[in-house]
Amino acid sequence: MNFPILSTLIFLPLLSSFFIFLSKENKNNNGAIYISLFSSLATFILSLFIWYSFDPMSSEFQFLEEKKWINSFIKFKLGVDGISILFIVLTAFITPICIISCINSVKVRVKEFLIAILILETFMIGVFCSLDLVVFYIFFEAGLIPMFLIIGVWGGPRRVYSAFKFFLFTLLGSVLMLVAIIAIYWITGTTDVTEIYKIKIPSDYQNLLWLAFFSSFAVKMPMWPVHTWLPDAHVEAPTAGSVILAAILLKMAGYGFLRFSIPMFPLASEYFMPLIYTLSIIAIIYTSLVALMQEDMKKLIAYSSVAHMGYVTLGIFTFTKQGIEGSIFQMISHGLISAALFLCVGVVYDRLHSRMISTYGGLVNYLPKYSFLFIVFALAGLGLPGTSGFLGEFLVLAGAFQKNYLVSMLATFGVVLGAAYMLWLTKRVIFGNTNSNEIKNLKDINNLEALMLITLAILVILFGFYPSPLMDTLNISVNNLINNYEIAIRASGLN
Amino acid sequence: MINNLNILLPEIFLTLSIFSILMIGVFLKNSFNLIFNLSSVIIIITIAIIFNRPNIEEKIFLDSFTRDSFSNFFKILILISSLFVLNTSKNYIIDKKLDKFEYPIIVLFSILGMFFMVSSNDIIVFYLGLELQSLSLYILASIDRDNLKSSESGIKYFILSALSSGLLLYGCSLLYGFSGSTNFDLIANELNKENIGAVFSMVFILVGLAFKISAVPFHMWTPDVYEGAPTSITSYFAVVPKVAGLAVLIKFMLIPFSNILSEWQTIIVFISIASMILGAVAAISQKNIKRLLAYSSIGHIGYALAGVATGNISGYQSAIIYISIYVIMNIGIFSCLYLLKKDGEYKENISDLSGVSKKHPLLAISFLIILFSLAGIPPLGGFFAKFYVFSAVIEQKMFTLAIIGLLTTVISAFYYLKIIKIIYFDDSAITFDAVKNKKAQASIFISCSILLTFFLYPSILNKLVVSLFIN
Repeated sequence: MNFPILSTLIFLPLLSSFFIFLSKENKNNNGAIYISLFSSLATFILSLFIWYSFDPMSSEFQFLEEKKWINSFIKFKLGVDGISILFIVLTAFITPICIISCINSVKVRVKEFLIAILILETFMIGVFCSLDLVVFYIFFEAGLIPMFLIIGVWGGPRRVYSAFKFFLFTLLGSVLMLVAIIAIYWITGTTDVTEIYKIKIPSDYQNLLWLAFFSSFAVKMPMWPVHTWLPDAHVEAPTAGSVILAAILLKMAGYGFLRFSIPMFPLASEYFMPLIYTLSIIAIIYTSLVALMQEDMKKLIAYSSVAHMGYVTLGIFTFTKQGIEGSIFQMISHGLISAALFLCVGVVYDRLHSRMISTYGGLVNYLPKYSFLFIVFALAGLGLPGTSGFLGEFLVLAGAFQKNYLVSMLATFGVVLGAAYMLWLTKRVIFGNTNSNEIKNLKDINNLEALMLITLAILVILFGFYPSPLMDTLNISVNNLINNYEIAIRASGLN
Repeated sequence: MINNLNILLPEIFLTLSIFSILMIGVFLKNSFNLIFNLSSVIIIITIAIIFNRPNIEEKIFLDSFTRDSFSNFFKILILISSLFVLNTSKNYIIDKKLDKFEYPIIVLFSILGMFFMVSSNDIIVFYLGLELQSLSLYILASIDRDNLKSSESGIKYFILSALSSGLLLYGCSLLYGFSGSTNFDLIANELNKENIGAVFSMVFILVGLAFKISAVPFHMWTPDVYEGAPTSITSYFAVVPKVAGLAVLIKFMLIPFSNILSEWQTIIVFISIASMILGAVAAISQKNIKRLLAYSSIGHIGYALAGVATGNISGYQSAIIYISIYVIMNIGIFSCLYLLKKDGEYKENISDLSGVSKKHPLLAISFLIILFSLAGIPPLGGFFAKFYVFSAVIEQKMFTLAIIGLLTTVISAFYYLKIIKIIYFDDSAITFDAVKNKKAQASIFISCSILLTFFLYPSILNKLVVSLFIN
């Protein structure tokens, strides 16, 4: 058997969190920070190595690992394809950034914070690696525990409410998925995803099972109308928590649709397509309008995340190559952009302890470097051509045009609204008049903050001009996904 | 027949040693420590005796007493959990001045009663075992006799339990009347669905058993007794009699009532759903942690009964797995309670826990692990327990039961989260004394590490439980 590289990737952060647990507590917690930084960078390099040695010309799952687990019928099965490898790299890339960001922003119980982040990383990578429904469910749910603690212990004033809302909303969605997973086991006799792809679930079960999975993913995504936990969670979470939440946790649902809903229940996916379109359009337009009215920067970005996720679901359920590739690209780019925007808010929040837009104004005069980077990310967030934000939205809309004119027209309207709230935010925060003396005394970003933000900015612009590293990896896997979907639809006699 | 007496060896040994330590206790002064240690030794020796016997099914005394792998498994579970419960609570017993030599002896008597319950193959043996256990439990509930709450809880438990025993006995007599025998195997052959009397007797027996495992609607005694009795007794109540009760329930489904299973099942489905819902909802507003654990245990019994309600072997197996993990979690959480000591007093209010994580990080993390496990969040042990139960339930296509069950886990997650919130998010209020209770700490450690590492080899317990049903 080959070296179990995926297990190593998953359990490396967990192992290092154990070392942090044992490390001595001192004033600056240098030991804990170095261990966590080192291990998360090692994880990142390992994930890059996996991406490098990944064969993009094959549609099969690679780096497969299998181990007998529960009662010999549920296997601990791991593997990656072109879609999941990108999310794994994204996760491994965002985690060190979070750890760097917490050097400035987290002042109490640093050790525990780092442990929570690293354990969360383990679960997140596990979600993207698992090829067994039960394993997936366990990783998917387990992530709730560290995130609950991150929001609750290190969060803002209404942290308890937000943490509970986050936990209970997600748990409620997920238990139905657990019922569906067990039901799938009794229908097909296996929980191995690759086996289920081959077996094909009977069409009479598909709709109910699809809805059960949907209930979980819709909450996690989050889709309108179950998105209300997200703004609360984002507002109260510490910066690093918001970054992980926006950059990775939200992507689990989109990934879940691609990995489970569409290939396992193609007929149901086709059947529920109008539902998804409706909810996506509402998410895009309604939450964009809500975002316009926000006075809290983090809340604004949170609502913009819901709108961006609307494009993702829309793109996924176009079942076209452009649409799905666009969605995946949108997820990756949103992972970078929203992470960067939350970091930007975190930078000023650490200095002034206010997230209100009205506190700021005219930052460009006093924080030129910061303002420049903020504008870059704001423009990327509204989908300016030349940034990665443009490409994802463009592809999704191109995919949607092939399916439904009305839907794509409405979605395009959302782009305009996106520009409106982002530009208005920039205007109020970066430009305009300075109305307090505190701002005049602010210091520009320090080296650590610059390091994080510039790295993200480079990537956002790089992928805007040169998306092919991502696209090449995706290509074959997405083709395969669409092929299988079309075969299933044709076989059932629809269309 | 006398050759077969070695089937009874564990019971004989237990009885003789109880009487001998009783004598020691009577004639020696201040013998609590000695008796206590001796009873731990007796428990360990009994475990060894059971391990040494073969697991082949054998019956004795006109087939009224069985020894098989099923009863042996439960006996060992009962013994091990009592060993943990007793040893972790020793400091508490001494602090509360409950250190009378009768204490461990009565516990041993109740264990003996449970032995006869799980091994019985005859209504009379079963009833005698049950009564021996119940009588011991009445005394234990009111052992802190100078304390008003403890005496009250003892009386409450006694009156309600006596009522339920009466109903159970009535059911047993009906059963004898309609089947013409007291032997389980013979009853099983005689009963069929047309036999209305048998259905009646079954309902009465079920009421009695549901009372003993505190399933809704026969749970009323639980919160009061849990709160009123000393914590050491509460932890015993929460763990050991539940195991024995569930074992007997499964046994009744397996043998005497196997032909009228469908009638029996409808009732259990109802009881299970009611327990899950009540356990989840009523616990939310509790202020006392023992009362909260009472409701939580009602809910947990509901989940175990959901496994039993399926009426097939894989369901029973899942219920047994559930109760085993439940035992581990409860031993852990009660051991945590023994460490909440401030100025010589044990704290029982949930609000006293506020901010424990700042001053006592290890205690806080133990609470965290056990509470998330009780809530059934993966990857902890509690999740796998629920997973087995619900996979057995869904196998039988009982989707309503499964969905209600899983929704109640979300509700019950809320009150577990509330405790975690108090421990982790709130500001610290009390610094607890540095308690030196090595045994409680060790058992917390054992319970947490089992719950944390259960996901590595989740099938170990399953393999063991499957082997119980091979014949």
